[in-house]
Amino acid sequence: MSYFVLALIKTGIVVGIFMHVLAYLQWIERKVIAHVQLRVGPRRVGPHGLLQPLADVIKLVTKEDLIPSHVNKVFYYMAPFVAVLFALISISVIPFGPQITVWGITTNMSLADPSIGILFILGISGMGVYGVALAGWASNNKYSLMGGLRSSAQMISYELPMALAIAAPLLILNTLNLREIGDMQAGYYWGFIPKWTIFQMPFPQVISFILFMIAAFAETNRIPFDLPEAENELVAGFHTEYSSMKFASFFMAEYANMVTVSAVATLLFLGAWHPILPTTFGSAYIPAIIHILAGVVCFYHASQPARPFDRYTLPVFGVIFMGLGSVFALAAAGPDLVSGIGNAALTDAVSALSQILTPLFWFCGKVLAILFVFIWVRATLPRFRYDQLMSFAWTFMFPAALINLFITGLLVALF
Amino acid sequence: MDAILFLVFAAIAVICGINMVVQKHPIASALSLVGVMAALAALYLLLGGEFIAAAQLVVYSGAIMVLFVFVIMLLNAGAEKKSIIRPWGKYFGAPLLLVFFGIMSFVVQRMTPASDGVTFGGFRGAGPREIGQSLFTVYLLPFEVTSILILIAILGAIVLARKEID
Repeated sequence: MSYFVLALIKTGIVVGIFMHVLAYLQWIERKVIAHVQLRVGPRRVGPHGLLQPLADVIKLVTKEDLIPSHVNKVFYYMAPFVAVLFALISISVIPFGPQITVWGITTNMSLADPSIGILFILGISGMGVYGVALAGWASNNKYSLMGGLRSSAQMISYELPMALAIAAPLLILNTLNLREIGDMQAGYYWGFIPKWTIFQMPFPQVISFILFMIAAFAETNRIPFDLPEAENELVAGFHTEYSSMKFASFFMAEYANMVTVSAVATLLFLGAWHPILPTTFGSAYIPAIIHILAGVVCFYHASQPARPFDRYTLPVFGVIFMGLGSVFALAAAGPDLVSGIGNAALTDAVSALSQILTPLFWFCGKVLAILFVFIWVRATLPRFRYDQLMSFAWTFMFPAALINLFITGLLVALF
Repeated sequence: MDAILFLVFAAIAVICGINMVVQKHPIASALSLVGVMAALAALYLLLGGEFIAAAQLVVYSGAIMVLFVFVIMLLNAGAEKKSIIRPWGKYFGAPLLLVFFGIMSFVVQRMTPASDGVTFGGFRGAGPREIGQSLFTVYLLPFEVTSILILIAILGAIVLARKEID
């Protein structure tokens, strides 16, 4: 029974945080693109536009839910559900940290820990195409149908190089369990180069990582591969006929897919939750230092406000960052400090804090870095032409992934 | 818990299977087939065959059925017309079906060895490692023959597709 209670608690936490992350990714994306293009982005709703996601959600939920008369009703209703369902399932097998023991309970920092985690994610992401394809077909509209068809063709084509790119690090790591994949990458070469797959010594998996990222862009329908919703060709592609919350669910699915592929890239290539420097170099204090520096920067800008409201908003952010920084400092230095006091409850609490927060910081930091690359690329690159997209997948990506897999297999067999 | 999950997914599989035959529209049939495949994957998972479940999900419901749906959409196939039910089909169809099912269940009952039966999660020794090892040692010849067969099929498809262009 305790397993069920634990699973329910973990599910509640993960779903709650994940939904907020999805809402705020939209805000981050708009802000980052705005700054790349020398604009300021949303800043009307709340301080620095921080309440913009809330306003967007209220707007989307309360808007009129228009249903065109010419659509195929059953599949039209089904498509957004399918898209969101398969986008959200994948997060259940992603481990956010190693196995931990807090308050006498040993548990994984993931909702489920199947022995075939990576295959499960591949399978579910393959199912995700039904949402887009069905939406395009059920809309009963030329442009939507074109979007749906493009999406299915693109997904099928890019799934091959993606799977082959994943296979190369799996050959080295020798397991399909995502938590074990993370554990395998602990340790450092010569005391300072992390043993992440991307720095693997016989054959660094840089090529696999690049191939995986390109395929991930195509799988999540992001620019430069967002052919299914190419605005200049297809109006809005597969979601032309959708409005209100149905329209929003396609965006939710896109962002959820982005988070999932970023998490998979982090787990497979970037050493999961392991810090970039060994703890002997003081890497345990890096989270605290980053947050406290951010707080100091906020206070500095509050003292010299560029805009009138900064005088009031930035100190609040500064205090928040300082608070987070001190929590991370407690997580880093706490276990040694409180063990001297001898209070059992306090020791347990600080040890739980340290065990949960440090891996979580590194994992989320790496995932956010990859998400930033996704947004950065969107602000930078133009869209591919459709024939270029296909020939790129079959004449470059696929052979390159095969050769990469062959060389990796050869080196694994030799060493 | 396992029994409840088994009943839920078995019911989904059966309902989707019936729905696939009953539905008039090809897309609805194809999607019902996806439902059958996914429910079967869940059943494999319940029995303990994790790798087979994942392979079922990746290969059948993920890749093959996407191709099916893609082709149906590309050809824009409409709902099929209701075919005329002949009188002998009307009167003898249901009894013949019952006889067929009866014979099938009798044969299955007789042919299967009387073992301890199947338990939930009792299926061990079919992880990716074991499957890979048996594929490349015990079943090497069938495995290679199958790959050559698939290669021939691919070449045949290319040859057939080429002919139309000329």
